[in-house]
Amino acid sequence: MAEASEKTADIVKMESKNKVTIVIFSGELDKVLAAFNIATGARSMGKEVTLFFTFWGLNVLRKNKAKNTAKGWMKKMFGWINKGGTEKLPLSRFHMAGAGTSMMKKLMLQHKMPSPEEMLMLSKEMGVKIIACTITMGIMGIEKSALRDEIDSYAGVVTYLAEAEKSSVNLFI
Amino acid sequence: MSEATTKDLDDITADESLDAYGLLCPMPIVMTAKLVDSMTVGQVLEVVATDEGIKEDMPAWCESTDNEYLGVKEKDGEYRVYLRKTAAG
Repeated sequence: MAEASEKTADIVKMESKNKVTIVIFSGELDKVLAAFNIATGARSMGKEVTLFFTFWGLNVLRKNKAKNTAKGWMKKMFGWINKGGTEKLPLSRFHMAGAGTSMMKKLMLQHKMPSPEEMLMLSKEMGVKIIACTITMGIMGIEKSALRDEIDSYAGVVTYLAEAEKSSVNLFI
Repeated sequence: MSEATTKDLDDITADESLDAYGLLCPMPIVMTAKLVDSMTVGQVLEVVATDEGIKEDMPAWCESTDNEYLGVKEKDGEYRVYLRKTAAG
């Protein structure tokens, strides 16, 4: 009897798994765009979507042209070489000191493909939930003031796992 | 539900038309979802697109959102896709 009701509970749990969760670990233009494409596509299908930005992915959420406010010389140096911001994301291949990325951006414009900035704003407008990883912020010395207002919450791995448990699609990009 | 033939589609008058010409995935679907949201149940939408992916994406979107996919007309790299809003809300 108890076993049967447990099974019913499992089925109910399965049916309510209509979410999409994506961990965005990479901070590269092409990978980030892939994540945003999946996110907006899923929202179009009426699914709840949570994007969890961690490590290099957090660069997407850094303000464009933000001041380097990191404390300590190592963190400060990281801030200089790892500027971040949607306009500063490099390609994962053929970045070629910016030449490859700049060419890709031109091609994308020709094909009317939205930029990471536009995709971030579109995702936000469509109700995609945006979470920033606090662990990364700590390590890299990134303060909230250097991050964008589009962030819904600042959280850690357990928040992500709790969301992932309710998801039928769960990706790591 | 079988897909309508081109002749059947010619008889359909769309209530709304969406210009997704030249746009790449997922923009045509994103715009479709937004427009369908503002339409009333029973209305027909025509989406004009050039991204071939729409031929598979639109029936898949309709299936997962409980809307009725009516079919596609294809001519010189231009796709005219038709659907009827059947899902409330």
